[in-house]
Amino acid sequence: MSKGIIRHDFEPKIMGFVCKWCTYSGADLAGTSRMDYSPHVRMVRLPCSGRIDPQFVIKAFEQGADGVIISGCHPGDCHYNEGNYYARRRNLAFRNLMEFNGIDTKRLEFSWISAAEAIKFTQIIDKFTNQVRELGPNEGYRVLLDPYASRLVKSSEESAA
Amino acid sequence: MAKIGVFVCQCGNNISRTVDTADVAKDASEQSGVVFVEDYKFMCSAPGQEAFKKAIRDHDLDGCIVSACSPKMHEATFRNAAEAAGLNPFKVEIANIREQCSWVHNDKEIGTAKSKDLTHMMIQRVKYNRPLERYRMSMTKRALILGGGIAGIQAALDLANAGTPVTIVEKEPSLGGNMARLSETFPTLDCSQCILTPKMVEVQNHPLITIRAFAELEKLDGYIGNFKATIRQKAKSVIDKDCTGCGDCWEKCPFTVESEFDMNLIKRKVIYIPFPQAVPTVPVIDRANCPKFIKDKCGICADVCGPDCIDFTQEDEILEEEFGAVIVATGFELMPNVYKEYGGSSMPQHLIPKKMNKKQRAAQPRSTSGRLPDVINGLEFERLASASGPTGGEIRRPSDGKKPKTVVFIACVGSRDANKGVEYCSKICCMYTAKHTMLYNHSVHDGKAYVFYMDIRAGGKGYEEFINRAQDEGAEYIRGRVSALRKKGDKILVKGADTLQGCAVDIEADMVVLATAMVPQADAIDFAKTLGISYDKHGFYSEQHPKLMPVDSSTGGIYLAGACQGVKDVPETVAQASAAASKVMQLFSKEELMREPEVAIVDKDHCMNCWDCVTVCPYLAISPEEVKDRDGNVVKMVANVNPGLCQGCGLCNTVCRSKSIELQGYTDQQVYAQITAFEGAFV
Repeated sequence: MSKGIIRHDFEPKIMGFVCKWCTYSGADLAGTSRMDYSPHVRMVRLPCSGRIDPQFVIKAFEQGADGVIISGCHPGDCHYNEGNYYARRRNLAFRNLMEFNGIDTKRLEFSWISAAEAIKFTQIIDKFTNQVRELGPNEGYRVLLDPYASRLVKSSEESAA
Repeated sequence: MAKIGVFVCQCGNNISRTVDTADVAKDASEQSGVVFVEDYKFMCSAPGQEAFKKAIRDHDLDGCIVSACSPKMHEATFRNAAEAAGLNPFKVEIANIREQCSWVHNDKEIGTAKSKDLTHMMIQRVKYNRPLERYRMSMTKRALILGGGIAGIQAALDLANAGTPVTIVEKEPSLGGNMARLSETFPTLDCSQCILTPKMVEVQNHPLITIRAFAELEKLDGYIGNFKATIRQKAKSVIDKDCTGCGDCWEKCPFTVESEFDMNLIKRKVIYIPFPQAVPTVPVIDRANCPKFIKDKCGICADVCGPDCIDFTQEDEILEEEFGAVIVATGFELMPNVYKEYGGSSMPQHLIPKKMNKKQRAAQPRSTSGRLPDVINGLEFERLASASGPTGGEIRRPSDGKKPKTVVFIACVGSRDANKGVEYCSKICCMYTAKHTMLYNHSVHDGKAYVFYMDIRAGGKGYEEFINRAQDEGAEYIRGRVSALRKKGDKILVKGADTLQGCAVDIEADMVVLATAMVPQADAIDFAKTLGISYDKHGFYSEQHPKLMPVDSSTGGIYLAGACQGVKDVPETVAQASAAASKVMQLFSKEELMREPEVAIVDKDHCMNCWDCVTVCPYLAISPEEVKDRDGNVVKMVANVNPGLCQGCGLCNTVCRSKSIELQGYTDQQVYAQITAFEGAFV
C-alpha cells in the first residue's frame, strides 16, 4: 500500500458530474497510471459538461452529498465546440442561487480537466475532499429543500418539548 | 419488474486484489430487480462472453451491468455480445470499477464499498435504459473539394482514381493555387510548374472529375453522407463548352490591369487566363475593369473570337448539387507588409489580417506600391525568379528593372511575434529563404545574399542539408533582427543587428525580400461559418484531434487538407490531402451510414416551441416543424431533431423548459436514477 488510508471521524460523500471526453478520460488515465486519490467521489458519466443540469446538483445534495464536483473540457477544447461555455455560465448563475439560499459555495467545485491531466484530476479530488471534510456534513440541506421535512422537524421538536 | 443481470469481473487480479468481487456480486443480488449475478475471472474473454450471453438467454434478462473496466475499453464488446444473445445493446451498462476504483484505491474495504455503490448506481440507471436502434442512412457517394491548389488536386486525383466522382470548386479562373506561383521547390529545386501542371492536366482529363473554376461555395446544408451544396458559378462572359482556348481574345484585348497571379508585378489583359498553363484554358472577363461593362465600348474580343463564344450577357449561375463528403483545401495567403519600418503601409488596425474583409484587403496598398518599391515578399520573389514570371526568370528589381547586386532576406517578418504579428512559426520561411538565396546566386553570379534570421528551423528530410548548401553557395547568414529599412539614393539601407558578434550591421541593399508570415485566407473565418466547422484564433481550421484525427474537421463528413488547417510545406500538404481522400474513401466504402442512436428526440405533445434548443444547438440539428391536423391545417410548431446532424451533446436537453427534448442514452430519468442510488458509503 503506497498511501496509508487515515480514517477520519467524518468522511464526506461526493458526487461528480463529468464529461466523457475529457474528465472521465482523465480519471481513466489516473487509473491506468495507478495514481492514488481520495475514494469518496462517485462519478456520473455524461456526454458533455453542458449536459449537466443544475437540478442534478440539487438532486445530489438532496440525496445526501456533502459536495458536488463538476468538470469538463478546457475552454476551447469542447468536443461539441461550445458545451463547456454553457456549463461555465450555468455554474456562475447556480453559485449565486446557492449563496442566496445560504449553502456554502465551497461545496460545489467547478474545474476544467482534460483527458491528459490525470495528475490535476487527482489533485483536485484530494483538495476538494479535504475542503468538504473541513466543512463537515451538509446537514440541514434536506430541511432547506423540503418545507415538509422542516415542518416535521419542528413538530417533532414541539412534541419532544 | 426488471430482470437485471450483474456481472462482476475480477480482471485476473487487477480488480479482485483491492475489491472483494464476490461481496460486490452478493450485494448486487440483493438489489431490487436483480435476478442474476456472476463473479468471473475474465468477463471479456471468450468463455466470459459466452457465460454473459448464456445468462441473458437463460434468464431472459432485460438489462445487464458489467462491473469491470472503463466503458472505453469494453462497452462495445459487451453490447455486441448482448446483441448476439438477443438483448438490445443499449440495455447494457458498464460500472467502471477498475480504472476508477481498484487501480486507484488500495484499501480493500474502501474499494469494495465504492464498487458496490457504483454498481448500484448503474443498476438503477439501466432500469430506465430504452432499447435503441442504430440509424441507417443512405449517402451520396460524391465528394466536393473546395480549393484547386495542390491539396485539392491531390485529393481529387486520389479519390477519382479510386472511382469516386469529384467536383472541385476553385474561386480563381484556374487551378493551381499558390503552388503554381512558385519558381522552384525546396529541397530538390525542381520546377514547381513542371511537377504541378501535369497533375492539373490529369485532373482536367479525368472522366470522374468536374472542375468548377471561377466559382464559389455559397452555402452548405445537410450532414455527413448527405450534403447539399449551393455553388455560385460566377459569370465568365465566355461560353465554356465552345471555347477552344486559342488565345485570340486576350491577345487582341487592348486593356490591361495588374495581374493578381503575378503579385501585381506586371499587367494582364482584361480578358485573361491567370497564367499560360492554366486549367481550364478558358479565359474570363474581369468585369470590374472591362470598358464593355463600364461604358459599353470596345467588344473587340467578341469580334475576334472564332467559335463565337464571348457572351457579355452571361449571368452568375446558382448550382445546387449533392455530395456525401467535403474536403476543405482553401490554402493560405501571405500576411501583407504592414510594417512601417519595413516600408509597408502603416495601418495598425490591419495588423491582424484575418479581421479584414475582402474589400478592405483589396484596398490595402501592396508593398510594391508602398514607400519602398524594392521591398517585396516571398511570393513576389518567386514570381521574379520564375521562368514564366514577369522577368522571364531573370531577377530584376521591380522599381527600375536593374539586376540587384546585394539582396537582403529578412526571415520571421510577422511570425513568432505576438505583439506585432502572429505568434506561431510560419515553418516554411527558413526553407524558402534558403532556396531564394540559391535561386538568386544562380541568377546573379556576382551578387551577394544576406539573410537575417532568428533561428533556423529545418526539420525535414534533406532540409538541414539544404540550408548548409545555401550557405556553401555564398549566402551570408546573420543572426539578428532588422530594425528599419531606409531609402538611400536608389538603394535601401538595412539597419540590423548581429547578435552573435554583438554589433550593429548596416547593409546597403538593392532589394529586400521579407519572409512574411503565412496566414489563412482573408475570408477564412466567414467561410468556416458557411461550412459549420471550427477554427482557431488565427483562422486556421481546427482538426478533430491534434494527434489522432488530424484531417477530420469538427463536423462529420468534412475533412481538411493543406495550409487552411495550419502552416505546411508542399510535401506535408500532399500527405494530408491523400489522408483526407482516404478518409472519404473509408466513408464511401460502406453501403449505408450507421449512426449511434445517442441523439436527441422530441416529445412533440409537450414541446411548446420556445426554440431554446434551436438557439443552443451547436450543429444546427434542430429546426421547427409543423404539426398538422387531419385536414392539413397547421396546429402548432414543434422542434424537430435531424438525427444525421445531431452529435449527442445534450445541450438541448438541459435547456428545455418543458423537458420535452431528451438525449437518448443520457435522459434525465437515467441520471436521476443514478443519483438516487448514490449512497457514498465510505466503507
